[in-house]
Amino acid sequence: MIGIRIALAGNPNVGKTTLFNALTGSRQHVGNWPGVTVEKKTGRINRNGHTIEVIDLPGTYSLTAYSADEVVARDYILEEKPDVVVQVVDATHLERNLYLTTQITELEVPVVIALNMVDEAEATGCTIDRERLSSLLEIPVVRTVGTRGEGLDDLLDAAVREAKTSPHHEHIVGYGNEIEAMIASLVGVLAADKDLGDRYPLRWLAARLLEGDENALAKVKESPVSSRVQDILSGTDLDEYEAAMADRRYDVIAAVLPQVRTAGARSMNVSEMIDRVVTDRYLGIPIFLALMWGAFELTFVVAAPFVALIEAGLAWLSAAVAGWLGPAWLASLVGDGIIGGVGSVLVFVPNIFILFLFLSFLEDTGYLARAAFIMDRLMYAIGLPGKAFIPMLIGFGCNVPGIMAARTIEGEKDRLITILVNPFISCSARLPVYILFAGAFFGAAAGAVVFFLYVLGISTAIGSAKLFRHTILPGESSPFIMEMPPYRLPTVGTSLLHTWSRGAMYVRKAGTIILAGALVVWCLASFPFGVEYGSSESLAGSLGRLLEPLVAPLGFDWKIAVALLFGLVAKEVVVGSLGVLYGTGEEGDALSTALLADPGLSAATALALMVFVLLYAPCLATIATIRKEAGSWRWAGFSVAYGLVLAWTLSLIVGRIAPFFLGGA
Amino acid sequence: MEPSDRTAPRGGAVTTLDRIDLGCRCRVVGIRASGALRKRLFAMGMVPGADVEAIRVAPLGDPVEYRVKGYALSMRRAEAGLIEVVLEEE
Repeated sequence: MIGIRIALAGNPNVGKTTLFNALTGSRQHVGNWPGVTVEKKTGRINRNGHTIEVIDLPGTYSLTAYSADEVVARDYILEEKPDVVVQVVDATHLERNLYLTTQITELEVPVVIALNMVDEAEATGCTIDRERLSSLLEIPVVRTVGTRGEGLDDLLDAAVREAKTSPHHEHIVGYGNEIEAMIASLVGVLAADKDLGDRYPLRWLAARLLEGDENALAKVKESPVSSRVQDILSGTDLDEYEAAMADRRYDVIAAVLPQVRTAGARSMNVSEMIDRVVTDRYLGIPIFLALMWGAFELTFVVAAPFVALIEAGLAWLSAAVAGWLGPAWLASLVGDGIIGGVGSVLVFVPNIFILFLFLSFLEDTGYLARAAFIMDRLMYAIGLPGKAFIPMLIGFGCNVPGIMAARTIEGEKDRLITILVNPFISCSARLPVYILFAGAFFGAAAGAVVFFLYVLGISTAIGSAKLFRHTILPGESSPFIMEMPPYRLPTVGTSLLHTWSRGAMYVRKAGTIILAGALVVWCLASFPFGVEYGSSESLAGSLGRLLEPLVAPLGFDWKIAVALLFGLVAKEVVVGSLGVLYGTGEEGDALSTALLADPGLSAATALALMVFVLLYAPCLATIATIRKEAGSWRWAGFSVAYGLVLAWTLSLIVGRIAPFFLGGA
Repeated sequence: MEPSDRTAPRGGAVTTLDRIDLGCRCRVVGIRASGALRKRLFAMGMVPGADVEAIRVAPLGDPVEYRVKGYALSMRRAEAGLIEVVLEEE
C-alpha cells in the first residue's frame, strides 16, 4: 500500500473546507474562520490501494511571511514536502486566486488546481476553458463543485497521477532579464551551501531574498554564504524588486486570462442589491442592530421550550437518583454534585446551539463581513479591528463562544485583547445573580440596576482594551483590509455541521471541566464526613472563613466568600450556593427574604456584590477557553488576576459611594 | 525592464486612493506602504497598474469598499491613503 499526502491550499473563502469534508468525510474541525487556522486538519481516504492523507492548510492570499497562517502553509509545503499540493481556486475570482498559484509553483512541488465554484461562475454567464488553462499553466485543472461533491474522483485521480509523475514541470513566472539575472547570481551563491540546497528550492529562496522576505533572510542567516548574499542584496532597493515581481505575476495572469475566460456581462447582481441595502448610510446600522437583537430574541424564545425540557429532565433525574442510590452521600454526590453542577451548564445548550446556528448562517452567507465593515469605525476608536465586535456581541450570551469567535481576528495582539476583555461582557449566567440581588434590595429600580451593570461591563471592556493597547499589547490596531465575499445561500447541511462542530465543543466542556469543578465543590461542601452539606463546619465553611478577611473590606461575609468561590465553576452557581448556605434552597422568594433579613447585607453591599460578580475572575469554562485560544496558561492566569483586582477595587469604591446615592441605606 | 518604469504616471495628477469619489475609476501607480502591509496589499491585488473603483463607504464614513481585480475589497482610509493613483479618463 502506497501512502500519498495531498496538501489542500487556497485563498480563504473558496470552499476549501467544504471540499476537504467532501473528500475525507470528516466532520471534525469544520469551523472555517478566515485567518487563524493554525492547527492542521488532516483526514484519510483509502482509494484503489492508496492510503491518501489530506491536509487542510490555512487559507491564505499569498505565501509571503505576512501572517502566522501564511508561514504555516508555506513551511508545511517546504518542510514536510507533501507529494502534491491541490490548490482550490474560486472560479469567480480567477485573477487573485492565480496569484497564489504563481507562488505555490515556485515551491517546486507538483500542483493540481481544483477549479471550484464553477457553477457560480457559469451562472454569471462566464465560461472557463479548463484545458487551455491547464496547458498554459502546465498544471492539471479539475472542475469541482464542493457543495455537491462533483469532480472529487477526477480530482483524486489527477492528484495521484501528478504525485507519481516525475519530473514534474509547472510553469514558473519569469521576472524579466534584470531580476532573473539577480536571481541567478543569488542561486549561484546559495548553491555553495549544500545544506540549504537540500532543504529549499534555491530559485524560490533567491526570489524571496530579493523581495526582502524576513522569514527567508532568517533561513540563510546561519549559512556560511550569508555574507556573500548580503553583498549582493546591499545596494539594491528590495521594495522596488518586490513591487516589480508582484507586478510580473499579475502580468502573467493577465496574459493567461483572456485566453481561457469569456467574461459574462457584469450587471447589477443580487449581492450588489443586498449590499446597497445592508450597508446603506442610514439603514446599515439599524439593520445590523435589528439582526443582532433578533439573534438574541430567537436564542431565548426558540430555546425556551428546550431549556424547560432539559430542566424538567434534570429535576426528574435528580429525584430518581435520590431514590435509586442507597447511601445518602452517594445520592448527594450524584444529585447535588454531578447533576447540579453539570446540569447548570447543560441547560444553556439549547441557547448556545441556536445562537451558533444563527451566527453560522450569518457567517456562511457573508453578512458577518458586512457587519465588520459597518462597525469598523467604532471599534477603531477603541483600538480594535471591526471584526472584534462580533465576539463581544456573542459574549452577552456566553463568553466561551465569544472568545472562540475571536479567531476571526488576524492580528495576534488584536486577538489577544479581544479575548482578554470578553469576560467583562456580562454573560447570561450572571443574570440570575442580578435578578436575585437587584430584585431583593432595589425593588422597582431593579431594572435600572441591571442596566447599570451591563453598561459597567461594556465600559470596563472598552477601558481595558484601551489600557492593554497602551501597556502590555502596544501597537496600532492591525489594518482592516478584508475581502467582501459575495453573498451565498448556505446549504442546510453546511450550517448544521458548522453549528454542531462548535456546539459540541461546549457540550464536551460540560462533561470534562465543569464536571471536575462540580465534584471539587461537592467534596468541599460535604467533608469532613458527618457535617451538614455546605454548612460552616464543612471544608467549604472553613475555606469561607479563611477567605473572609480578603472580602471583609467589601462587606462580604464567609457565606458570600464561599458562594463567590463556587461561582468560579459557573457564575450562576453563586445563587445556588447561597441557597444552600442560607438553607433556603434555590427558590427565589425564600432566598430573597433570607438575604433581606441578614443584618450584614445592605443595598450598597448587594450592589458591590453584583459588581464583584460581574467583573471577578471568569468562570472555569471561560478560563479554559482563554488558555486554549490564547495558547498559554499565562494569559488565563493574567485574566483571572486582572479581573480579581479590578472587581475588588471597583466593588470597594461602589460599596463606599453607593450609600450616598441610596440615602444611607 | 527597470522596476520603476511602471510606477510613472501616464498623465493626470497623482492622488491617493482615499480621495477618490464613489463610482470613480483610477489606476494604481505606487504603494507607499512598507513591510507586511505592502506585501498584503500586493497579495490582495493592489499592485501598480491595477484598475480600482470605489464602490461604497461604510455608514460611519470609514472603511471604503473598492473593486479591484474583479472582486470587492474593503479597507480603511488610512491604508487607502498609502496607495497612489491617477484618475482614469472616461
